[in-house]
Amino acid sequence: MLELKNITKIYNPGQVTEMCLFDKFNLTVDEGQFVSIVGSNGSGKTSLLNIICGSIPIEGGEVLVGSKDIGKMKDFQRYRSIGRVYQNPSVGTCPNLTMLENMSLADNKGKTFGLSFGINRARENFYKEQLSILGLGLENKMDVKLGALSGGQRQAASLIMSTLTPVEFLILDEHTAALDPKTAEIIMDLTERVVKEKNLTAMMVTHNLRYAVEYGNRLIMMDKGGVVMDLSEEEKSALKVQDILDVFTSISIECGN
Amino acid sequence: MVLADLFISTLTQGFLYALLSYGVFITYKILDFPDLTVDGSFPLGAAITGVFLLKGVNPFLVLLISAAFGALAGWMTGFIHVRLGVRDLLAGIITMTALFSINLQIAGSNLAIGRDADTIFTAASTMALLGSMPLMMRKFIVSLVLALLVKLLLDLYLKTKSGLLLRAVGDNSTLVTTLAKDKGTTKILGLVIANALVALCGSVVCQEQRAFSSTMGTGQVVFGLATVIIGTTLFRRFGFVKGTTAVLTGSVFYKICIQIAISLGLPANLLKLAMAVLFLFILILGDRRKDGAENA
Repeated sequence: MLELKNITKIYNPGQVTEMCLFDKFNLTVDEGQFVSIVGSNGSGKTSLLNIICGSIPIEGGEVLVGSKDIGKMKDFQRYRSIGRVYQNPSVGTCPNLTMLENMSLADNKGKTFGLSFGINRARENFYKEQLSILGLGLENKMDVKLGALSGGQRQAASLIMSTLTPVEFLILDEHTAALDPKTAEIIMDLTERVVKEKNLTAMMVTHNLRYAVEYGNRLIMMDKGGVVMDLSEEEKSALKVQDILDVFTSISIECGN
Repeated sequence: MVLADLFISTLTQGFLYALLSYGVFITYKILDFPDLTVDGSFPLGAAITGVFLLKGVNPFLVLLISAAFGALAGWMTGFIHVRLGVRDLLAGIITMTALFSINLQIAGSNLAIGRDADTIFTAASTMALLGSMPLMMRKFIVSLVLALLVKLLLDLYLKTKSGLLLRAVGDNSTLVTTLAKDKGTTKILGLVIANALVALCGSVVCQEQRAFSSTMGTGQVVFGLATVIIGTTLFRRFGFVKGTTAVLTGSVFYKICIQIAISLGLPANLLKLAMAVLFLFILILGDRRKDGAENA
């Protein structure tokens, strides 16, 4: 279980541009939940993910996993139990390393990076098997540098890489936003399958309202650092894209967008 | 015969200084870190070497001691940059400046190492193997072996898990964080290895010249960067050529260029100017191609 308690987040504290995003923000995500998060720009979706991962500091509050406060842990320490896929496909992979090298790195997550050989050829078939699930032919590109692949292929690889080792949480930060509709569809299907198969707790920020409705078993809409809509699986199953679009539009009108 | 001698000694210089190029290769090419520590860690290796050789310490052991001190200098720059949050360029400048004084403290003054002190080129073990050759050939063989040995070790290291992580941190440091590894520690490790190699180069050069001078570090960063860029530009089209092979070639190529300039009558006072101009040309040529590749 992931719990955010009384989170306070202030950008540029003490400066003229000071902006308080979260003031005593609370959110609880149960184990195995797949939460879709929607909301307009600046509503705090990505900040929320960054706070969970420790990418940005907070001014107050606690981030609890189970009952343990991980708020004091450095970002890289938190990633032991977190897998993350970013909006920009080039952030999730190393462009100058080959697919095999990238997969080997991901496979060694949580272990020591010592003086044994970096690439374990014995694991190559396992990597190929994992990549073949995508149906993109990436299993035949083991010796190709990731920089030579398309954004969609890289994003697919980074999704596989982020869940190659056992993690508890999967953080998806608009991970289909930079992809064409067909590839985005493939990535979303894969995301759902991975989350189910590996029994992960997932949080997905998306601007695609249809994905938010179709995938996951909880939907949250955020606005100005608060949760304005929180739907459970049952409520969500009856939901249509138009319904949340209406709420979305009414919020946007208030903001003058 | 004189020409052949000149050629051999120029190649020797290229091999000796290749050790420095490997170091700069790690920071500049792999870590993407413009490390100016080199101008200080190179004479640091030489200063340590001068002092220990005069005390009669085994010259091969002196190589290792120098490398260890270089590693410390690299760690210092890494610590200043990563833990104290100083920009990469400035962190290197701080260590480099501090080292200028430290080097003089270590050596006391500029040093000349007399013929009675053994170097790696005259030590008993070297003489046992290569004793029948003239000094110039011995220097050539020893420097060639050193350059190739260090290259092989570095190639092997870069294939290990630790080496793979080092390459990843320069390529995409965010990924290293998501692999639950501290990117800062990995960067420091890279700087440690790089400056150990640079100080090792300083040690070898000091043993070859039998001298330490406090200003011998000036321009070594430029030399290192130039050789890395020459090497990688020359072999850009040949993907199978390893980076270390490329910079080794770059180092030899650079020394040949400088030797030609001197042979054509370039006054010694203009040497650094010639180096700067050569470097500028290499940068312009190298970067043009790079831009072209990025736009394509």
